[in-house]
Amino acid sequence: MESIIENKQGHATLIDADSVVIRFSGDSGDGMQLTGTQFTDTAAFLGNDLSTFPEFPAEIRAPIGTTAGVSGFQVHFGSKEIFTPGDEYDVLVAMNSAALKVDLARLKKGGIVIVNTAGFDKKNLSLAGYADGANPLEDGTLTNYIVHKIDITKFTKECLVGSGLGMKEIERSKNMFVLGLLFWMFDESMDHTISFINEKFAKKPDIAEANIKTLKAGWNFGDHTEIFTTRYHVAPAQLPKGTYRNISGNQATAIGLVAASELSGLPLFLGSYPITPASDVLHELSKYKTSGVKTFQAEDEIAAICAALGASYAGGLGVTTTSGPGMALKTEAIGLATILEIPLIIIDIQRGGPSTGLPTKTEQSDLMQAMYGRHGEGPLPVIAASTPANCFDTILEAARIAVEHMTPVICLTDGYIANGTEPWKFPSKDQLKPIKVTFATEPNGPNGTYLPYKRDEKLSRPWAKPGTPGLMHRIGGLEKQNETGNVSYDAKNHEVMTKLRAEKIQKIADYIPLAKPDSGKETGKLVVLGWGSTNGAIKTAVREAIAEGYDVAHVHLHHINPFPKNLGELLSGYDNILIPEMNCGQLLQLIRAKYLFPAVGFSKVQGLPFTTIELKNKILEILKSN
Amino acid sequence: METIAEQQAAPKLTAKDFASNQEVKWCPGCGDYSILKQVQTVFPDFGVPKEDIVFISGIGCAARFTYYMDTYGLHSIHGRAAAIASGVKALNPHLSVWMVSGDGDAFSIGGNHFIHLMRKNFNINYMVFNNEIYGLTKGQYSPTSGKGKIAKSTPYGSVEEPFNPSELALGARSSFVARSLDRDPKHMQAVLKRANDHKGTSFVEIYQNCPVFNDGTFFAFSEKETKQEQSIYIEHGKPLIFGNGGNKGIKLDGTKPVIVNLEDGASANDLWIHDEHDKTKAHIIASFFDTAYDGVDFPRPFGVIYSEDRATYEESMQNQIDELIARKGKPSLDKILSGDKTWTIL
Repeated sequence: MESIIENKQGHATLIDADSVVIRFSGDSGDGMQLTGTQFTDTAAFLGNDLSTFPEFPAEIRAPIGTTAGVSGFQVHFGSKEIFTPGDEYDVLVAMNSAALKVDLARLKKGGIVIVNTAGFDKKNLSLAGYADGANPLEDGTLTNYIVHKIDITKFTKECLVGSGLGMKEIERSKNMFVLGLLFWMFDESMDHTISFINEKFAKKPDIAEANIKTLKAGWNFGDHTEIFTTRYHVAPAQLPKGTYRNISGNQATAIGLVAASELSGLPLFLGSYPITPASDVLHELSKYKTSGVKTFQAEDEIAAICAALGASYAGGLGVTTTSGPGMALKTEAIGLATILEIPLIIIDIQRGGPSTGLPTKTEQSDLMQAMYGRHGEGPLPVIAASTPANCFDTILEAARIAVEHMTPVICLTDGYIANGTEPWKFPSKDQLKPIKVTFATEPNGPNGTYLPYKRDEKLSRPWAKPGTPGLMHRIGGLEKQNETGNVSYDAKNHEVMTKLRAEKIQKIADYIPLAKPDSGKETGKLVVLGWGSTNGAIKTAVREAIAEGYDVAHVHLHHINPFPKNLGELLSGYDNILIPEMNCGQLLQLIRAKYLFPAVGFSKVQGLPFTTIELKNKILEILKSN
Repeated sequence: METIAEQQAAPKLTAKDFASNQEVKWCPGCGDYSILKQVQTVFPDFGVPKEDIVFISGIGCAARFTYYMDTYGLHSIHGRAAAIASGVKALNPHLSVWMVSGDGDAFSIGGNHFIHLMRKNFNINYMVFNNEIYGLTKGQYSPTSGKGKIAKSTPYGSVEEPFNPSELALGARSSFVARSLDRDPKHMQAVLKRANDHKGTSFVEIYQNCPVFNDGTFFAFSEKETKQEQSIYIEHGKPLIFGNGGNKGIKLDGTKPVIVNLEDGASANDLWIHDEHDKTKAHIIASFFDTAYDGVDFPRPFGVIYSEDRATYEESMQNQIDELIARKGKPSLDKILSGDKTWTIL
C-alpha cells in the first residue's frame, strides 16, 4: 500500500493507495463471506482490478469461537493489475479472538487491525486457546500494528434498539457495521450494498431496514468519532476498455458449460454428486433450466459419471464434476469412456488429498491421477484452468476437444480458483467460436454397413446417436475389432487399437496453440513453468523480477496432455527450468520424463496458494547461484 | 411434403430382424437362449422402430445380450447399466431403453444403482436374469444364492441370507415388479409385453437356468412333477389358485395368507383376488419366497406382482424445464454471459 498524502475535507486525511489487501476474519456464523463479497462487488463497480480468496473451514458450524471455526475472506484490489489475492494484508478485521489468533501472522508489520472487542471477553479468549489471563489486545501482541478496538457488537445492539428484531437477528447484523466502516475507510459508496440488501430482504422489510441502518452506523462511526485519522482512496485500474463482471471459477465453469452447449448445439447434461469444492457448479447449473440444461444429482460419484456417459452416448454433451476422491471413484467409467471413444467432460476441482484430506483447501493434487489414473493404457487429454475467469475458456476448449476428437477430456481447476473471483471482461456470443459437431447419418462401410470405429484424419471415429435409422450398432468395454467395433480378443488387434487410441490423443497437439512465454523472453537464464492456479503468483513474481532487471521468463501450460508441440524446444532455450507446484512435483516428473531436462521443482503442500514473495525468493535464489 | 410412399406404414418387422450378425456365445443349454428368443419374438409387436431401441447392459453372461440384438446397444461396466441407462433416457426420452443384468450385476455390485433406479422411475425396462450364481467368473455364490449354497468360494456353504428381489424392488419403491422364467416362453412373452406397456421402470426378474454352474436351481418351478405345487401364476383380477388341476387356493385372513384346499370344501369365492395395484398385498405376495406362514411354505409367484402408474423421472425433468421456459422465457447466451451485475470501463 504505497501512498501519496493529500489533504481533503473532513477530519481524516485521505491517502491514495495503488493496491490494498483486506482480510475479513470471524466466526463461521459472522457473515464474513457476505461482507467480503459485498466489499468486492463495490470495488469492482468502482473500476478496481481485484482478486479474492475466500477461506472457510470444512465444518459447517464448527464450535463457536474456536480457531477451527474461523472463516476468512481476503480481497486484493487496486488501481494496477492484480493477479493474486495478496501475500499479506494491509487491513485485518478480526471479529473475535480466534480470528485474530489465526490470521494475525499474515498482517503486514505496521498494518491496520480492527477488532471487535466483544469477541475478546474471557470466554472467547479461552475458546480461542489463549492462556488464562492472556489477552492479545493488552499484552503487547499488537505493538507493531495500528489497532482500532471497537465494541462492534455493542454499537450494533444500540443502533437497533427498538427495531423489533430479536437479539439473535440483531447480533447477526454486526457484519454490516464493519462493512459500513470499511466503506468509509476506503472512500467507497454504500449504494451497491444498500440495493443488494433491499433486493435480498424484499419480503422482510424490517430486516432490510435494520441492515441498512447498521451499515450506515458503521460509516458514520468512522466519519464522526475521529478515532480514524486516515482514509484511503484506490483509483480505478487502467483495465482494457469494455464491460466487466466479477466471476468465480465455479461460476465460470458453469457458464462455460452452458455456452459450450449452445455453441455446439448439443443438449447439456450434468451428472454430479455433491463434493467440496465442486458442488457449486452443480448448484449454479441447476439454475439454468431455462436454457434446457439437465442436471442430475446421482446416487454416487460412479452413477454421476455413468449417467453423463449415457447422455453423451445418446447424443448430448455429457459432463461430470467432482474433486479428487470422487475422481477416484469415477476411474472405471473413465476407462469405459476411453475405450468407447465418446465425448465426455470430466471436471476435477482439486483439493488437498489423499482421501478426505483437506476438503476446503486447495492443492494441485490430481495431475498424476488425471494423467495416469486408469487401468490399462488409456491416455486422455488433460487441460487446466489458470484463473477464475479462465475456467470459462478452459471449458470451451474441453468441449471442443471432446466432440471434435471423440474423447473424454479431463479438465482440472482447484479450490483456489473455484472459489476465488476476479473481474472478467466477458465475451459476447458472436465472439465465441462455434464448436463443430458432426453426427453420422449415413453408412460408411461396404454394402451399407456402419463402421463405428472407422477413423478420420484426426483419427477420431464417427458419432452415431441412437435414433438414427440404419446405423444400429453395438459398442462396449470389451476390446473391439478395428473399424467394425465387434468384440475381438485378437492379440495383434489389441495392440493396433491401443496404439490408435494413444495416437489419436497425441494428434490433438496439431490442433492446440503453441507454448510461448507469458512474461519474459523466449530464451534466457531461467524459465518458470507453471500450470493451473499458480498463474497469478508466478506472473506477479516473474514480472517483478524482470522489472528489477533479472533474466527470467514465465511459461504457463493450459494443455498438459498432449503438451504443446513446441514445448520441448521452447524449454531448451533456457539455462534453468523452475516448476512451482502446490503438490510434491507432479508436472516436474512429467517434464523430466518426457524431455529429460534437469528441471527443478518448488513445492508447497499447505492447502494454500503460493505467495508472490515465496516464488520471487526462489527465482532470485536460482538466478544468483547460477 | 410427404410422399405417398412415406405415408405407407413400414412393413412389420419379424423376430429375425432383431438378430444381430454376431454369433451367440452362451454355453449350450443356457437359459439365456430362451430369453433372447422371446425378446426377439415379442419386439415386432411393440411397433417401435429398431433405431429407437437401445439395450444397455453391465457385465456378466447376461450382459452379452446387447451384442445379439440388432438395435443400438451399449455393453458397459459391472453394475453400472442402470446409471448409464438413466442418462440415456434423461437426454432422449423418445428412446425405448432396455436393460439386461444378472443377479450379481443388478443386486451386488450394482445394488445402489438398482434401488435408486426403482425410486427414480425412469421409463426403462429392466430385465434381470437371475441364475443364483456367478457364471462368467466360473461359479461363486451370488446375492440371490440360498443360505448354505456350496459354490467355488463357499466350499462349506454360504452363511449369507439371499436377497428376495421382488421385496427389494418394492422396498425401493419400484412401480412395476414381475417375475417369469426361462422355461415358460409364453408367460415370459406376456410379461415382457406388460413391461413394455408400463410407463416407469419395469423390473422383470427372470429365473434362468445355468446348466454349467447351477443346473436345476429353478426346476421345482418349471418341471411337470413339481411346478403346479411349487409355483403360482398370478393375474390381476383373478383368484390365487395353484396346485394339481388348480386344487388349491390362497385366501387372506386379515393380512395373513392361508392355503385352502378347494377339493376339501373351501369356496373359490373366498379366495384372494390379485390386485396388482395394492401395495400392501403385493408385499405379501412378494414374501412367498422364504417366508413360511404358520409353518407352511407358499408357492413361488410368477406374473406381475405390482404395478403403479406414476410420473416418470424424465417427464418430470422435462416438464420442469418446459414450465420454467414458458414462465420465464429462455435467456440469451449474451444475457447469461453478462449476468446481472456489470460495469463498463470507458
